Amino acid sequence: MPKLIKDRAVVDDAWTLVREGSIDELPVTPVIIPLGLWQQHRDALHERRDVGVWLAPSDDPDALAGDVSSLSLIAVDFPQFTDGRGYSTARLLREKYAFAGELRAIGDILRDQLYYLQECGFNAFAVRSDRDAAQALRGLDDFSDNYQATVARPLPLFRRRPEADRDVATQSS
Amino acid sequence: MYRYDRHDQRFIDERVAQFRDQTRRFLAGELTEDEFRPLRLQNGLYIQKYAPMLRIAIPYGLLSSAQLRTLAHIGRKYDRGYGHFTTRQNIQFNWPRLEDVPDILAELARVQMHAIQTSGNCVRNITTDHFAGVAGDEIVDPRPYCELLRQWSTFHPEFAYLPRKFKIAVSGSPVDRAATLVHDIGVHAVRDQDGEAGFRVLVGGGLGRTPIIGHVIREFLPRAEILNYLDAIMRVYNRFGRRDNKFKARIKILVKDMSIDVFRDHVEADWERIRGGPGAVPDEEVARLASFFDAPPYERFDGEDASFRAALADNRAFSNWVKRNVFPHKVPGYAVVTLSLKKTGVPPGDATSDQMDAVADLADAYSFGELRVSHEQNLIFTDVKQAALLALWGELKALGFATPNIGLLTDIICCPGGDFCSLANAKSIPIAESIQRRFDDLDYLYDLGEIDLNISGCMNACGHHHVGNIGVLGVDKNGSEWYQVSIGGDQGEHASLGKVIGRSFAAVDMPDVIERLVDVYVERRHEDERFIDAVRRLGVEPFRERVYAEAH
Repeated sequence: MPKLIKDRAVVDDAWTLVREGSIDELPVTPVIIPLGLWQQHRDALHERRDVGVWLAPSDDPDALAGDVSSLSLIAVDFPQFTDGRGYSTARLLREKYAFAGELRAIGDILRDQLYYLQECGFNAFAVRSDRDAAQALRGLDDFSDNYQATVARPLPLFRRRPEADRDVATQSS
Repeated sequence: MYRYDRHDQRFIDERVAQFRDQTRRFLAGELTEDEFRPLRLQNGLYIQKYAPMLRIAIPYGLLSSAQLRTLAHIGRKYDRGYGHFTTRQNIQFNWPRLEDVPDILAELARVQMHAIQTSGNCVRNITTDHFAGVAGDEIVDPRPYCELLRQWSTFHPEFAYLPRKFKIAVSGSPVDRAATLVHDIGVHAVRDQDGEAGFRVLVGGGLGRTPIIGHVIREFLPRAEILNYLDAIMRVYNRFGRRDNKFKARIKILVKDMSIDVFRDHVEADWERIRGGPGAVPDEEVARLASFFDAPPYERFDGEDASFRAALADNRAFSNWVKRNVFPHKVPGYAVVTLSLKKTGVPPGDATSDQMDAVADLADAYSFGELRVSHEQNLIFTDVKQAALLALWGELKALGFATPNIGLLTDIICCPGGDFCSLANAKSIPIAESIQRRFDDLDYLYDLGEIDLNISGCMNACGHHHVGNIGVLGVDKNGSEWYQVSIGGDQGEHASLGKVIGRSFAAVDMPDVIERLVDVYVERRHEDERFIDAVRRLGVEPFRERVYAEAH
């Protein structure tokens, strides 16, 4: 079974990614389908709890506004890791639409982008199949904090800074 | 200036460790060239014509003497003993080895410097007025806000893979000395009708292949909302900016295609969602940042210094230098001094490691140990006692930094050009030099007064040729180097883009072309009329006629 980084651990990936296909060919196992297919067959597929949807870089997350509470998995595709639209897609899903399920980065997913992806709200990473997921896992710890407000740390550093400094002062005294 | 606390230091230390590992993996073949390229670019490292080029950030142009000594040391140890100050208040080294770059970054981190996001498709170094904090006309000191923006933009996880590079400039004064109208985002301090200070925000300006003056997206933004508003702009750009064609990927193209009104609607809608949220900047944070920019311990003087006044009267060379290179200070008895990096025969913006060390010593002796880098590629001491100007002038002359030409025709803005840059179509430095040699009579230069001459070696416009009163653009015609000339460009609050006068010229003809343009001005100017004003009044035609009339 392919490997996946989820919630900071390497796990087996039970989901099948369907890049394109028809409703009749969908496997009966958990499956991630394109937005277009979901939109066509939303009512029929709502019965299945094991259907996730993936968004292309140009897909508007608003298209899933009505589904965020019922979907357990949304994936965002990165055809090339240099195409950064998915970072904003993820952030909007988490912050604007309050999606609380698994948010998975798929496509050209590499170790050196994992930290920023995590900060934008992804908690699962389908690392490119020719790379070792266990190695890539280390990328999640490239930095220990951020200046900005992010999904992972909703308060920017300037709202935490005095407090954090006080902690250190206490520890060192 | 701003001093790192343990958080800031930890971030850059972690960055050095990250890039060290990335470089190691690249050299070990674990990262492909395509995978490594964006990573090295976001650490300032280009692969250039002859060698890698490392661009180091000088955040909003502020530098301490200790930092300058480190730059001198890096020039000596890892390069060929010199560096090049750029038009975006950064410094570039042209000959480092890829393998050494992690060590260079570690040395920089020790003096609170870095090369983070100095290239690549991300938010670049924030630039501002090189007279920030000492100019008398300031509404808001831009430096605390520049530091706020530096922190906000550094490792912003959402905006590291934008469609294209992104440049932000901030001006605290009505007089715009930071070229904010030609940036992706320009931020201007303004007051509303109640006298409350806030920001006017401009978007979509830029030079390069498609030069455009920025559009006002919001006339008045409360200061606390600056980060939320910029997040909203960046998010719209990140989502909708073109990625299919790198020449159409800057925000200016998106704004043009959408129209400023539609673009604004998108931004304002997203801003409404996040307005007042965690990204709103509390007054205490602004006060904390502002405390780093408190005025240095000035001595108290009543009016102008008498010895300074006497020296002005006695010494014509000194008074010429003061006239061109010294700017008034808001504090009585002090002055702002520009060190000209535009001596004839030296590439504009270049300084040797020895010169950097000497300038660091002078900064300690004369200007509280700090200096600035201007986007015109000069260095600035902001806090010099008038009584010390004569002595400083003597020291700067010995160093070759006292050429009294600031704002004059020979104070040329110039990119590295074809001598160094792999993007360039043509050389730019030798053109600058040939023009400087032609106009070597200082009396004549003074008589001509202010003329900005800007030279770019290609349409990426690092030499800001579009906003030069005279702009020169290197072009490639069938494999040989030619130069296209425009006139009527201007930076500042009346920014305008120059108009091309006609077909391009060979390098050897460039001094003649400039001389003919200047001749038309001298013959037809009104009293006290600057070159740019004469061009605006007369139009391009009389200049064009003269330049091309005698060519055949």
